[in-house]
Amino acid sequence: MQSQEPAALQLRIQELEAELAALRASAQEASGDIVTSAEAREEQKESNENLPLLLDEYRRYGRQMIMPEIGFDGQLRLKRAKVLIVGAGGLGSPAAAYIAGAGVGTIGIIDHDTVEHSNLHRQIIHSTSKVGMSKVESAITYLKDLNPNPTYIPHVQALTSANALPILTPYDLILDCTDHPSLRYLISDTAIILNKPIVSASALRTDGQLIVLNDPPGSGPCYRCIWPNPPPASTVTSCGEGGILGPVVGVMGVLQALEAIKLLSRPAPPEQKTTSMTIFSAFPQMAFRTLKMRGRRKACVACGEPADAKDKITKEAMEKGLIDHIAFCGTSAPVGLLKPEERVDVREYMKVRDEGKEHTLLDVRDETQFGICKLEGSLNIPYSEFESLALAEDTASKIPESLQSILAKGLPEAPIYVLCRLGNDSQHVTKQLKDAGVAGGRVFDIKGGISEWAKSGVSGPFPQY
Amino acid sequence: MGEEATLPITVEFSGGLELLFSKQKTHKVQIPASDPSGKPANVGFLVGWLCDNLMVDKRKDMFVMDGTVRNGILVLINDADWELEGEDEYVLEKGDNILFVSTLHGG
Repeated sequence: MQSQEPAALQLRIQELEAELAALRASAQEASGDIVTSAEAREEQKESNENLPLLLDEYRRYGRQMIMPEIGFDGQLRLKRAKVLIVGAGGLGSPAAAYIAGAGVGTIGIIDHDTVEHSNLHRQIIHSTSKVGMSKVESAITYLKDLNPNPTYIPHVQALTSANALPILTPYDLILDCTDHPSLRYLISDTAIILNKPIVSASALRTDGQLIVLNDPPGSGPCYRCIWPNPPPASTVTSCGEGGILGPVVGVMGVLQALEAIKLLSRPAPPEQKTTSMTIFSAFPQMAFRTLKMRGRRKACVACGEPADAKDKITKEAMEKGLIDHIAFCGTSAPVGLLKPEERVDVREYMKVRDEGKEHTLLDVRDETQFGICKLEGSLNIPYSEFESLALAEDTASKIPESLQSILAKGLPEAPIYVLCRLGNDSQHVTKQLKDAGVAGGRVFDIKGGISEWAKSGVSGPFPQY
Repeated sequence: MGEEATLPITVEFSGGLELLFSKQKTHKVQIPASDPSGKPANVGFLVGWLCDNLMVDKRKDMFVMDGTVRNGILVLINDADWELEGEDEYVLEKGDNILFVSTLHGG
């Protein structure tokens, strides 16, 4: 492990630097460094004269306080405010940084995850030296350095139906920076029960969406008013699967912080407000669009009066554990289409290669992923082609022409090994090819895909993405 | 002009739905001004027409389910939630902009 050494050294350097800084500070104190201690005394004195802000805070927030949109009173409201940021990822990172920078007085952060290398291109409050650390701890370390004045409350855990009520209760505003519909419904239902507004955002690939819910509290629509029914689980794509451009999710997190600052610094909620959703597209031409959304749904099970009162999501129902948000949204079952003998693991497939057996390696990742890394000699036909053809009426049309022509040229009976990224799509393709009788039925799925190939190291170092 | 009359409208896809429609976000289309029963074309008719005429991808259930747009897709009529405009009953007018947004969940 070559990378451990520089990391350990880096850590040691940081430790020594911190030690040095501490020594310098105490040396200055001992030598009676006049400027520093006078400044410190001054600050102490003025802070004690019951100024509503610390002197540091006047300097720090001056640029936003001189704007009439915020003003001194707005700044004081920010200082008194308590915000909970749910998720310290791509949205939560920039949101937390701007919210802490703006001087919100109490900032809670909840996340159960740890920092990974694949987070760093977008989750800007985490850094390479924090890989493996809890995201909450990493975030708070960064935020304290950015602004030591707020009170930071760590919640190193997952938000669940069982803990959401007590966790959300102390806060004035909830930022939904999560990555799954079940959490979005959970946050909304809980916030409605507690009558707190929500600033919700999401992002995927090149697009982002932003909406402020339950605002003004008690009359703005909730997540269920806009989306009464969850999307089919099979249509929900995560950033890990679909990809995400850092600045796209960054923009959305920054906009969340902006809406939070506006909401918390205002003297009072507006009596009425039209709810709008802002959508952002980075491609082809960058565009923001503001969409006018519906208001509360009279029969909403969370914030309205459902036809059957038993359907109402109440505090009691939540406390009794009767509302299962994960079941409500469903989960896509793990793909298990094949019999054990129809699949090989990466070591078995390595043996096929080592022994030089005649075969076709069919890589069904899309061409973009295929362009990142591939096994030598593989044939790329994206899964989408198979998916589209799977619905064809006759058997022959279920096989892409490109594969047919290659099979016709080579050994039509040589086995085919199917590879994808994680080992799910490849099962569908294996089944499709077997059902069509291709290669005399000798079609095998490579378990775990190219990700497992890389992780196992069967062929030496191999890119993981 | 008679039964051949068409209506020019703009149809847009966002949030990844464009992947089902030739990876193109904006489509200027001419749709029949009336449905087969002779009633003026509404958004419900448009959804079916898009499936049959504009959607190349065969995975129709990524767009429609049980005869309407699937859960998780918002329909905006001239940038307003279709629920404010009568949902699928909204009668299309020349130059209307109909936007289909797939809700995102990543963060």
